[in-house]
Amino acid sequence: MAMLHTVNKSPSERNTLDSCLSHAKDGSSVLLFEDGIYAVVRGSAAAGRLKEASGISLYALGPDLKARGIGDDQLVEGVTVVDYDGFVDLVTRHENVQSWL
Amino acid sequence: MSETIKKFLYVNRKAPYGTIYALESLEVVLIGAAFDQDVSLAFVDDGVFQIAKGQKTADIGMKNFSPTYSALGDYEVTKIYVEKESLEERGLTPDNLLHLTYEDEDDDYAEKDSIRFVSRAELSDIMDQQDVVLSF
Repeated sequence: MAMLHTVNKSPSERNTLDSCLSHAKDGSSVLLFEDGIYAVVRGSAAAGRLKEASGISLYALGPDLKARGIGDDQLVEGVTVVDYDGFVDLVTRHENVQSWL
Repeated sequence: MSETIKKFLYVNRKAPYGTIYALESLEVVLIGAAFDQDVSLAFVDDGVFQIAKGQKTADIGMKNFSPTYSALGDYEVTKIYVEKESLEERGLTPDNLLHLTYEDEDDDYAEKDSIRFVSRAELSDIMDQQDVVLSF
C-alpha cells in the first residue's frame, strides 16, 4: 500500500513541495493544504513541476482553496479537490502518512 | 511638532493565512496612516496572494481580512504597487486581484485605481526612493 504525502507550505516560499515530489514514489498520493494549495494554480511555476509527477495522485483541500480566493476555474488538470472528511478518508486509505513541513 | 513627511514603503511578501505576517502588516499600515506620512504598499512574491479577490474563510475558521484592503483609500493610502513578475510566476493576472480604489480630492473626488502594476526593476527604483522601508 502506498504513502500519503501532505504539504502545507507555499511552493514559492519553501522547497517543501519539490523535496516531497522528488521522494514520492509512483502510486503514492500528495495532498496539498494551507499555503501548499498555491501549487495547483494553473500557469504557476509550481504547477509545471506537478505536471511532471505523473505517477502521483494529486489532491487539494477545498476549504483552503476557498479561503485564499483560488477558484475551481484556476486549477490545473488532474487535481481532486477534497473537504475535511475527504482528508480523513485519504489518511485511512493509505498505509502511512508523511507530513512534509 | 515636526512637519517632516517621510516616505514609508511597506513590503508584503507572505501569503495571507499560513503565517501572521500579512495581517500584522495591515495593522501597522492602518496605524501608520494616522500619522500623515507618505505611505506606499508593495506586494511582491507570495504577498500578491494577500489581495486575491474572492477570499472566503468561513470553512477554515479564520477571519477574512481582505475587505480591509479596500478601505486603504479612505486612509489616504493610494499607492499600491504590485510586481508583475510575482503575479506571472504564480499563475495570476490582474483580474484575479481585488479592485482597489481611492477618491482623488484634487480631482473632484474622482474614483481612481490604487494598484499600479510595476516590473521588478521599477519596484527596485521605488524602494530606492524611500526614507523608511518596512518588510513583512
